[in-house]
Amino acid sequence: MIEFRDVHKSFEDNNVLQGLNLNVDKGESIVVIGGSGTGKSVLLKHVIGLMNPDNGAVYVDSNSISEMNEDGLNQLRKKFGMLFQSSALFDSMTVWENVGFALKRHTSMSESDVKELSSEKLKMVGLVGIEDDMPAQLSGGMRKRVGLARAIAMNPEILLYDEPTTGLDPINAEVINDLIIKMNEELNVTSVTITHDMKSAYKIADTIAMLYNGVIISRGTPEEIRNTTDPVVRQFIEGKASGPISVEGIDK
Amino acid sequence: MIVKVIEFIGAVIEKPALGMGRIVLLLVSILRGMLKPPFEIRNIIGQMLEVGVNSLPVVLITAIATGMVLALHMYTGFSRFGAEGLVGTVVALSMTREFGPVLAALVVAGRAGAAMAAELGTMKVTEQIDALETLAVNPVKYLVVPRFLAGLIMLPALTIITDIVGILGGYFVNVVLLGTSSKSYLRATWDFLQMEDIYNGMIKACFFGAAFTLISCYKGFYTSGGAEGVGRATTGAVVYSFMTILISDYFLSAWLFR
Repeated sequence: MIEFRDVHKSFEDNNVLQGLNLNVDKGESIVVIGGSGTGKSVLLKHVIGLMNPDNGAVYVDSNSISEMNEDGLNQLRKKFGMLFQSSALFDSMTVWENVGFALKRHTSMSESDVKELSSEKLKMVGLVGIEDDMPAQLSGGMRKRVGLARAIAMNPEILLYDEPTTGLDPINAEVINDLIIKMNEELNVTSVTITHDMKSAYKIADTIAMLYNGVIISRGTPEEIRNTTDPVVRQFIEGKASGPISVEGIDK
Repeated sequence: MIVKVIEFIGAVIEKPALGMGRIVLLLVSILRGMLKPPFEIRNIIGQMLEVGVNSLPVVLITAIATGMVLALHMYTGFSRFGAEGLVGTVVALSMTREFGPVLAALVVAGRAGAAMAAELGTMKVTEQIDALETLAVNPVKYLVVPRFLAGLIMLPALTIITDIVGILGGYFVNVVLLGTSSKSYLRATWDFLQMEDIYNGMIKACFFGAAFTLISCYKGFYTSGGAEGVGRATTGAVVYSFMTILISDYFLSAWLFR
């Protein structure tokens, strides 16, 4: 369903993606792990056309994202839902206007129907009675859940999660993990999650792939990754400061 | 040596050239967005209120103060060679040709332009603009086109108000405070004022309105670096808008009032 074919992406002298290849099958929940600054967000932004590769191609349903025109890309984007690391709620709109934003723009539904459907989506993520609140009134965990409700509003086929548990306390992180699993099961979506939270990765993934030096260096089920002998992956999943992965400014 | 000189020139012009290229591309996207439905009527009206109606108090104060001080100086200066009777003419021509469009543009660029850059810049660094794209909405069409149209439509409207209020300010100083006859002041105002003065001032206002919204939206749209970046974008929007308005004013005046 999603395919990265020899994708290269650089920012000035920083070669972030260096020939990345990755396949995601329909219905699969893949989690891409990797350290900070390794290009995980860049990878995710290529899937939905927020960035285009310098070389190589990203295919979604056999369509090369970078070769699509604006109308075609927008049609394809209606199949997607994306949860941002910062939630990225529109702070000038109420909660229900955020959730119903795409419905209002891309369907002929009346305002009252949009509000009703938005409430339903909010209920799916466990939020009731906050429809008329402004995003600034919500806690970090609630904002993430509103962001998730907005992502699923158009019944997407593909859900993208950018660091879904980052910045949340352990209980709220667990709530988000459970919701991601629930969305995958109930909506039967394909999901791509990027995270460095291994607890979350083991819980929500069918497949875990590790991004390092601009390429996927390892891929497997959570169990396979947990038992890997690859020293780079081991260092990362065990969270050790010493090992083959160098940390800028730290002498090993 | 020659290579080094070329490298130096390249390094100096690279950033401005990149900026100019991006501004031109943004303008092309705006023009395309203006012609393509849906036409974001609600957003356009909201921005017209923000740019036009909400700027009115500060524009009115600026206009009346300028008209009054202009009349005062003209009266003092012209009375030295017995030309007090021309004060009304000079105030009217100065307001319609120059001060109306330029002052309205500077005030609105400082107020609404800074707000545009700050708002779009914040949306950029908090990924709200990316979120719009993922929701299959063109952010230029949704965010920039309404602001651009609001500047283009409301600045000429504010300019007309500035012209009228400035002339009234001059009238107040000359007639009420300095005792010139109302009839001769009004005759001096109308006898030498031509429609060309007014609509050339409006053409200037249209240009300034388009320029400051384009610059402010560009600065907001290409913000990076968190809160500091938003601050930089806002300052940049105001400084570049002011420079553009003041420098282009000379060339527009030379072209329009030959």
